Amino acid sequence: MAASTIAPDYYLLLSLALFTIGVIGVLTRRNVIVVLMSIELILNAVNINLVAFSRYWGSVDGQVFAIFVITDAAAEAAVGLGIILAFFRNRETVLADEMDMLKW
Amino acid sequence: MNAALPFFLDHIWLIPLFPLATAAAMLFFGRRLRNDAVSGLCVGSVFLSFIFSAGAFLQLLAMRADERIVSKVLFDWLPAIPYHTLDGRLTNFVADWGFQLDPLSAVMILVVTGVGLLIHIYSTGYMAHEGGYYRFFGYLNLFMFSMLMLVLANNLLLLFVGWEGVGTCSYLLIGFYFHKRSASDAGKKAFIVNRIGDAGFLLGIFMTSALLGTIRFSDIGPALAAGHFALGDPRITAMALLFFVGATGKSAQIPLYVWLPDAMEGPTPVSALIHAATMVTAGVYMVARTNAIYQLSPSAMAVVAGIGGVTAIFAASLGVAQNDIKKVLAYSTISQLGYMFLACGVGAFAAGIFHLMTHAFFKGLLFLAAGSVIHALSGEQDMQKMGALAGKIRRTWLTMGAATLAIAGVPPLAGFFSKDEILGRAFAYSRVLWLVGWITAGMTAFYMFRLFFLTFHGQSRVDHEAEHHIHESPNSMLVPLMILAVLSVIGGWIGIGGRFEHFLDPVVARAAGRAELAAPAEAAASETVLMLASVAIGLAGIGLAWFLYIKRTDLPEKMAASFGAAYRAVYHKYYVDEIYDAMFVNRAKDLGLALGSFDENIVDGLGVNGAGWLTRVTSRLSIWWDTWIVDGSVRLGATLVWLLNLPARLIQVGLVQAYMLFIVLGLIGFLAYYFHLMHAVAR
Repeated sequence: MAASTIAPDYYLLLSLALFTIGVIGVLTRRNVIVVLMSIELILNAVNINLVAFSRYWGSVDGQVFAIFVITDAAAEAAVGLGIILAFFRNRETVLADEMDMLKW
Repeated sequence: MNAALPFFLDHIWLIPLFPLATAAAMLFFGRRLRNDAVSGLCVGSVFLSFIFSAGAFLQLLAMRADERIVSKVLFDWLPAIPYHTLDGRLTNFVADWGFQLDPLSAVMILVVTGVGLLIHIYSTGYMAHEGGYYRFFGYLNLFMFSMLMLVLANNLLLLFVGWEGVGTCSYLLIGFYFHKRSASDAGKKAFIVNRIGDAGFLLGIFMTSALLGTIRFSDIGPALAAGHFALGDPRITAMALLFFVGATGKSAQIPLYVWLPDAMEGPTPVSALIHAATMVTAGVYMVARTNAIYQLSPSAMAVVAGIGGVTAIFAASLGVAQNDIKKVLAYSTISQLGYMFLACGVGAFAAGIFHLMTHAFFKGLLFLAAGSVIHALSGEQDMQKMGALAGKIRRTWLTMGAATLAIAGVPPLAGFFSKDEILGRAFAYSRVLWLVGWITAGMTAFYMFRLFFLTFHGQSRVDHEAEHHIHESPNSMLVPLMILAVLSVIGGWIGIGGRFEHFLDPVVARAAGRAELAAPAEAAASETVLMLASVAIGLAGIGLAWFLYIKRTDLPEKMAASFGAAYRAVYHKYYVDEIYDAMFVNRAKDLGLALGSFDENIVDGLGVNGAGWLTRVTSRLSIWWDTWIVDGSVRLGATLVWLLNLPARLIQVGLVQAYMLFIVLGLIGFLAYYFHLMHAVAR
């Protein structure tokens, strides 16, 4: 084990902080684009976790997963932005609290 | 079946059909025809009828006196219907379209078609400038058809068809100027008053059918003989009186005379044809036609004679104070019809028919001449606005003079013979009736010459405006006047020596053997004296009229003033119209109003409105039930569901981020629980 290694606890704390910021962003921000960006934060918190544990266990599985997640995030951003664009054309808004048609 | 009959006798059924055909033509095409085409058709058809009537009459004369009865049955009208008569015999009810020509109907068709033809010709002049020319002639021809059916019918029911037909035409023609309120009212009055009489007549027909088992004239006599009815049998009397009720309506006798004066609203040719010469004499004809029945009932005969006499003098007294020239003639007609019934009532049926004929001549002429006067004066009918017309319309004056002399009973004109005949027979029957008739003769002469002098002599009282337009009538009007004037002069001569009476004998004397009503010997003895008496009173009446209306023209007003109450009573026609109004007309209206209020209050009020109210109440109940029970249970179900889903509804806020929050909270809760379980296991 290299002496310069950092203990996994710090990675986890960073990941937790990112995750929490992301969740709070998803829950509280009105602009749906910001919500989408917050989701990116959550996904990257997961990536940090995956890479950290991959290093910790000396296995590349976690890194492979992280690359999957990045790919997935790109696809998600494309689809999400598409939905937001389509929605904006209909309702001329990108604010989440005005998307209240789930309850009629 | 009458193959051996001469042509005209075999074709008597055509006589009424000619005018019917043209009446139908007027109905369908009249509007499109020119006036001269209308006159050609309508006068032509009556002329054909007249030719056929005259031919039939001559061929009837050529037959032996005791064989002079021709009957021609066209076809069965009602099929034989079996029924029981009152005395229990089984018989068939038979009525056919059958025509019967005997001396009585022969005289009638000659009078109807002859006078009718003249009046048709007159009408072409009189109505030339009136609207509805074709309508007038259509009605007139329909009337001719009905009247000829009436006199040619061989049974009572067919006679009744004609009887109603003439009544309808009378209604239509009185109301010819239907835009005039008084004319349409007069038409209705005539029609309604006649209904009362017709109801009696119809009951009489029922009774004849029930009692004698036949309604055919030629069978009534034998049926009476076969029935062995006693003289004065109450059933026969009832039958005769019911017939007479019909006659009082149609022939304007007391108490049903009130329609005739009002009927003068019709055009003058109508007054002449229908309300003087023909239709109003239908009652007399009917009584003469059923004389076999009357002769079995002395009391019914007495009623006929009494009503006739009273009507004669009553109407004559009314004629004295009328100022409308046509109204005077109307009352005169009623009075003369009274004479005819007086004659029938005393058993002198032939004399009654004789007077009917002469009356048709001179009264038709009087009306036509009056129409000519009215025509000359541009429609003026008030005699107070006439006078001194003799020189201006000389031919009208001459013909009217002949008619006035004839009705006044001056020999040797027509009226003298027939009136003298009636008075002679009345004297033999009852001195009182003779006295009534005698006084009436004087009054007739008086009021007719009053009319004559007021119209043609004395000072001219004509309006200045009308004075300029006085003109003699066209020849189409004058020629009928002259022919009728000749008939009025010589028409009575056929009665000299009892020829007319002998001609009618086969009809009216058939049952006379059973009831010898007159005592011929006594009548013969006083005949000359009676004749002189009636001529004397006629001349006295003329003299009085001359004195009052030519010599001392100031006197009538003074007399009217000094006998104020009596004059007013006569002037207002004894208030009979008012009394009838109070007794019958207004009571009938009251009955109508009472029935109306029953309809309004009981039927509409209780029945209809009550049912409506009940429906409203039940529908209120139904609404309440629907709202609270039916809808309520539905709403209750909905409310229950609504209450039950309350927790589910609370979390469905509809905001995407809220759902996200719930997910996060749920996840935290789940993780907390999971760690709690792990901790517990570890411990």
